[in-house]
Amino acid sequence: MAILDNFLLIGLPYTALIVFLVGTIYRYKATKFSYSSLSSQFLEGRQLFWGAMAFHWGILFLFFGHLTAFLIPRQVITFNSHPLRLLILEVTAFAFGLIVLFGIITLLVRRISNPRLKPVTSRMDIVIIALLIVEVVLGLLVALNARWGSTWFAAVLTPYLRSIFILQPDIAAVSALPWLIKWHIVGAYVIFGLIPFTRLVHLLVVPLHYLWRPYQRVLWAWPRKKVRDPNSEWTFTKPGNN
Amino acid sequence: MDVRAQISMVFHLDKCIGCHTCSIACKNIWTDRKGAEYMWWNNVETKPGTGYPTKWEDQEIYKGGWEKKPGGNARLKGAGKLRGLLNIFHNPHLPVIDDYYEPFTYKYLDLIESPAGDDQPTARPVSLITGKPMDIKMGPNWDDDLSGTPDYARQDPNLKDLSPAEQEAMFQLERMAFFYLPRICNHCLNPACVASCPSGAIYKRGEDGVVLINQKVCRAWRMCVTACPYKKSYFNWGTGKSEKCILCYPRLEAGYAPACMHSCVGRIRYLGVMLYDADSISEVVNNIEKDVDLVNQQLGMLLDPFSESVIKAAKENGISDSTLKAAQDSPVYKFVKEWGLALPLHPEFRTLPMLFYVPPLLPVMASLSAADHGEQAKKMDPAAKFWNDGWLYNTSTEELWGTIDQARFPLKYLASMFSAGDEEKIKAILKKLMAVRIYRRWKTVGDVNEEKAAAVLKDAGLTADTAEGIYYLTSLAKFDDRFVIPPAHREQAIEMLEFAGDTKGSVGFGFKEKPERGW
Ligand code: SF4
Ligand code: SF4
Repeated sequence: MAILDNFLLIGLPYTALIVFLVGTIYRYKATKFSYSSLSSQFLEGRQLFWGAMAFHWGILFLFFGHLTAFLIPRQVITFNSHPLRLLILEVTAFAFGLIVLFGIITLLVRRISNPRLKPVTSRMDIVIIALLIVEVVLGLLVALNARWGSTWFAAVLTPYLRSIFILQPDIAAVSALPWLIKWHIVGAYVIFGLIPFTRLVHLLVVPLHYLWRPYQRVLWAWPRKKVRDPNSEWTFTKPGNN
Repeated sequence: MDVRAQISMVFHLDKCIGCHTCSIACKNIWTDRKGAEYMWWNNVETKPGTGYPTKWEDQEIYKGGWEKKPGGNARLKGAGKLRGLLNIFHNPHLPVIDDYYEPFTYKYLDLIESPAGDDQPTARPVSLITGKPMDIKMGPNWDDDLSGTPDYARQDPNLKDLSPAEQEAMFQLERMAFFYLPRICNHCLNPACVASCPSGAIYKRGEDGVVLINQKVCRAWRMCVTACPYKKSYFNWGTGKSEKCILCYPRLEAGYAPACMHSCVGRIRYLGVMLYDADSISEVVNNIEKDVDLVNQQLGMLLDPFSESVIKAAKENGISDSTLKAAQDSPVYKFVKEWGLALPLHPEFRTLPMLFYVPPLLPVMASLSAADHGEQAKKMDPAAKFWNDGWLYNTSTEELWGTIDQARFPLKYLASMFSAGDEEKIKAILKKLMAVRIYRRWKTVGDVNEEKAAAVLKDAGLTADTAEGIYYLTSLAKFDDRFVIPPAHREQAIEMLEFAGDTKGSVGFGFKEKPERGW
């Protein structure tokens, strides 16, 4: 068992991390054109509304939930020390899990049932949707079978993940966890490693810079004013549109 | 004063014959590809009509353009920083393919390949999206020439300001008229598409004002499709990128006219340089409260290329002499500023569109007077008597003067398209157009007397010289009169796309990458 644990809990995360880094950077450099999610709203909008809204908002909540427990475990545990607060947190998280499940299944059904979407659906789209469904179902089962995850996550998983990040992997505590939880962790690594090969790359290019750029953009390919300034370097100009 | 140059177009609507040659030329060059089949960067619609995509002018449906509440700044109606980002997972205002039409082709091969039989083989229509047989319910120019129809003409969003009686009158069989409206991207000064793009993929070129979408930066957030009130930014469903009219910039840079203009059968299009004051954009867009004032304000931003101060400021801004020369010879400047004949399309969207239209006189031309058709009606079959409505539709030039108000095509309708509702503006232009006709009629046919010709010119505020100028540019202009742009300077044009210094010294080696070693 130790070998399997070592592989899944140490080997896999590092592999996924390296594949993720190399893959996303390479894809950005080499095929920038494909660096987005191929939106299909133009072909079908109604089902997408239910699917995409539920999925995205739900997964955002869950992702930042996990991230919070990772970043500030102590505060989370303190917060949970009150049973009512713990209950509310768990129930909310579970509800969001259900919302995500509803969303992603809607998206899958939509992809499969609408003939218009076939030409814009790639094999990796289906693979990643299937994986996400498995991952969400596992997460929901974990929440049901190994209750109060927000607390034990902070106590067990946070130190483990931190040990991974500081390159001193310590799996003593995690390997004792039930397999259900371990598979949920493994699922997360697999999905993480697959990001560069799927439409999920779009989450790396969330256009938040929109918030602080001016609304209008005018590009001068050849800013003659600057060119005529004898003090400017002659190689200062780079085409702004490429 | 921040002087910039813009390549701008005038469409003389009286001359458009609705042949769609322009659309086809554009399609053949740019949009005959998977995912773009449904796009018509140039389209020609019949007005009154619903247009393409259906009812695009109705911003209550599509939420395009800018809206301005009293006192506040203009904001995007259906997009913007906060709204755009919150709606990024699902844009509630995105038109879908059915608002345009599902692209289709026919299985032509079946005509040839089908085995001999008793029936004629047919070529069934198949969808270009799914490849499956489909029933065609919509297509490009589905409402072509269909004035008066309940499904199309009467759904025209521009009719909303007309009273039911006026609408009825407009669609009486004998009065019915229509005209064609060719449309491309307006290459606006305050483009809503640029402002709405979360990725910042869309930009306006400083040199010539062409608005372009960088295909590598566009990431399918779809906001520009909503934001453009003219629905001239299209979503390519195959590549997941937005695309739009590029004003044939590769052709412009090589000294050729855009394909739509070059192929135009009616020779309705004029292309030239306009100088404008970029400093006043925000002032006009954000501070002008009333929509009707927008036209004058926008026309006020366009600068006189002969004025000393403008030339000086332009040169300081690095605008080259050849561009200034082109601006002085610009046919667009003549139509828009000198003669005041052309207006922007739907200025109330506040994008400051930079294409201009000479409103059509022909559908207006015909006055109404009461007449007794009783005698004539007696001779007719009872079934045909419905036409006897007691009107005489007089289309002779002589009678029209002074009756433009009662014209068969309500000025209000044209005003809602070209002047944000200001009928006086339309009237002044139509009068000028009419005056030129009457003046030329005196000259060539001679059935109008000189006093009358002089009087109408004076009434319309024209001189004989101007009338000749208008007549020349409208009727006789050669290609080089209609197409006046500065050279893009081929040697410099390349620098609009890439930094030529990188490739210096590598010519002949067959690569365009930098001859540079990182490791
Ligand atoms: S008309 Fe062209 S420039 Fe203006 S908003 Fe639409 S796409 Fe942008
Ligand atoms: S080619 Fe010219 S005349 Fe023909 S439809 Fe187009 S704009 Fe009108």
